[in-house]
Amino acid sequence: MSAYALPDERGHFGVYGGVFVAETLMQPVTELLAAYEKYKQDPEFQAELDRDLAYYVGRPSPLYFAERLTQLVGGTRIYLKREDLNHTGAHKINNTVGQALLAKRMGKPRLIAETGAGQHGVATATVAARLGMECVVYMGTEDIQRQAINVYRMKLLGAEVVPVESGSKTLKDALNEAMRDWVAHVDNTFYVIGTVAGPHPYPAMVRDFQAIIGHETRQQLQQLEGRLPDALVACVGGGSNAMGLFYPFLNDASVELHGVEAAGDGLETGHHAAPLCDGDVGVLHGNRTYLMETEDGQIIETHSISAGLDYPGVGPEHAWLKDEGRASYSAIDDKEALEAFHTLTRIEGIIPALESSHAVAYAIKLAAKMPKDKIMVVNLSGRGDKDIHTVAALGGIKL
Amino acid sequence: MSRIETRFADLKQRGRKALIPFITAGDPAKDITVTLMHILVQSGADLLELGVPFSDPMADGPVIQHASERALVNGTSLKDVLAMVAEFRKKDNDTPVILMGYLNPIEALGYAEFADLASQAGVDGALTVDLPPEEGQELVAALQQQGLDTIYLLAPTSTAERIQRIADMASGFLYYVSLKGVTGAGNLDLSEVRQRLDSIRRHTGLPLGVGFGINSPEIAAEVSTFADAVVVGSAIVKRIAEYESSPDVIMKELQTFVGALRQAMDTAAVNDKQTCGGQG
Repeated sequence: MSAYALPDERGHFGVYGGVFVAETLMQPVTELLAAYEKYKQDPEFQAELDRDLAYYVGRPSPLYFAERLTQLVGGTRIYLKREDLNHTGAHKINNTVGQALLAKRMGKPRLIAETGAGQHGVATATVAARLGMECVVYMGTEDIQRQAINVYRMKLLGAEVVPVESGSKTLKDALNEAMRDWVAHVDNTFYVIGTVAGPHPYPAMVRDFQAIIGHETRQQLQQLEGRLPDALVACVGGGSNAMGLFYPFLNDASVELHGVEAAGDGLETGHHAAPLCDGDVGVLHGNRTYLMETEDGQIIETHSISAGLDYPGVGPEHAWLKDEGRASYSAIDDKEALEAFHTLTRIEGIIPALESSHAVAYAIKLAAKMPKDKIMVVNLSGRGDKDIHTVAALGGIKL
Repeated sequence: MSRIETRFADLKQRGRKALIPFITAGDPAKDITVTLMHILVQSGADLLELGVPFSDPMADGPVIQHASERALVNGTSLKDVLAMVAEFRKKDNDTPVILMGYLNPIEALGYAEFADLASQAGVDGALTVDLPPEEGQELVAALQQQGLDTIYLLAPTSTAERIQRIADMASGFLYYVSLKGVTGAGNLDLSEVRQRLDSIRRHTGLPLGVGFGINSPEIAAEVSTFADAVVVGSAIVKRIAEYESSPDVIMKELQTFVGALRQAMDTAAVNDKQTCGGQG
């Protein structure tokens, strides 16, 4: 593979990506692209971003050798990239810090965001509080019930949480509603998208902000082991933590890339959130990608134990990497993810988010098959505190 | 000449402005849509806009979102919508029908297949909300091959350069979105809309329609004094939703409301002529 330079100037990754929005949004999307192109080259912007990532987010996040997990599996050496140790407890803030700084420079005092599990909403509300910006977060009523603690966190941070009653009342509908808000308030509002989806430049911009994960991993592993990893593993909902880890390694053909989707009740049941493993190509939320849809092109409700993976689409760059064969995608069901959640908690003393538990579950399977002298890095994208109630309820325990 | 062109030429000759009501196909039931289409025409519609239901209507306000949801609960697919148009054509071969919707159902069917089936059914044009001209060449070509018009939206945020590019790709008419917002929102600034239309006319000779937020005969009448066509959607769909379970009442309501829109627009046209006559 030659040096990687996607997307093209119109936001395409092969046939995927692009800009599929109503006419009213074309101008704001164009304005955002121009601003992003300008500031990503701007040393002052980069310096401010680096400072925030170091002193506010707490980067670099550790690359931790999971010795007991490695022993238990009896295969390859497993490292965990500890994004769970970031401020607010997940990788999401790498991106919101970047987009909020951009919003500030563009003179947009109002941030809006969509959220599923609440992590991106919290990360957006957090930076809005710090920069003294107004913040409105759209969240499906189903998710508001599932994630009451994150809803309260956002309110404490001064954000307005708007319940979304339309459609399936989950993440995709929150995204629709945020787009509608943006259309109505383009003059003063910056839409902070939380994943590598949406119209160009979002997939590329969010990837670039998250690429700090992969850049650090590369450097840290060089120091610890003196070489590149052999395999990278990350969960994929929209796919931002996976793109962030994978991107700096795309040109290193020896590094295997493994994305892990949510198989929900099992791929064969149809109740899942795995468009790359079992979906079709279509257009939703501003880009062409793999989707969960009916034969008639209607988007269907997805299912996953983890609200953060419960999304019917996926970032267009993942769609391209899948078709090119550069990354491979598998799916882990609810039960396997829950098992991995308990395993990691008990054996390493690290409580992973249910999203990240999908990556851990797949890593355990994969590591067992790989030689002992190989190295695998798993992106531990978030911590599991937010999921304690879900896990307890599944175990029949009332807190 | 396409049915849309013929209709606009004919209206111009008669000094009448086009009234384009919108309903969502399959709302509140699949078997009532064709009847409602005929009633709209009898009550004064010149063209019809038929919404193709989609699960994620990002540019629509709550009224049309809910219409889409009701239609999908009824299992209304794009193919069903095409069958409705074919049924409508059995009794009405003159009124242009435009499908308005989102790209994904068309992608799922395939562009060429869609264009072919739509043309057979008697559809005249397609307005695909989330398909800007930059991504639209392939679909436009497929539609053109079947003699179908591509209707494009222009927005308050469209730059002069974009207006020109869109005008060059569009056919039939251009649809100006009269506000920054979703369908059915309020707060129209009519003098601003009038100015924008004046500047758009410098780029194109196509008829200009205006829609989003036109919810009363009074506003329709005023818009019709400077636009070539007035599109009314949410205000009609709201009446369908209100009487969801009684088709007879829906029919009566639509007759009354669309009739009132028609009358107000025609009165405005007469007044306009008189004013001009007086000055001349």
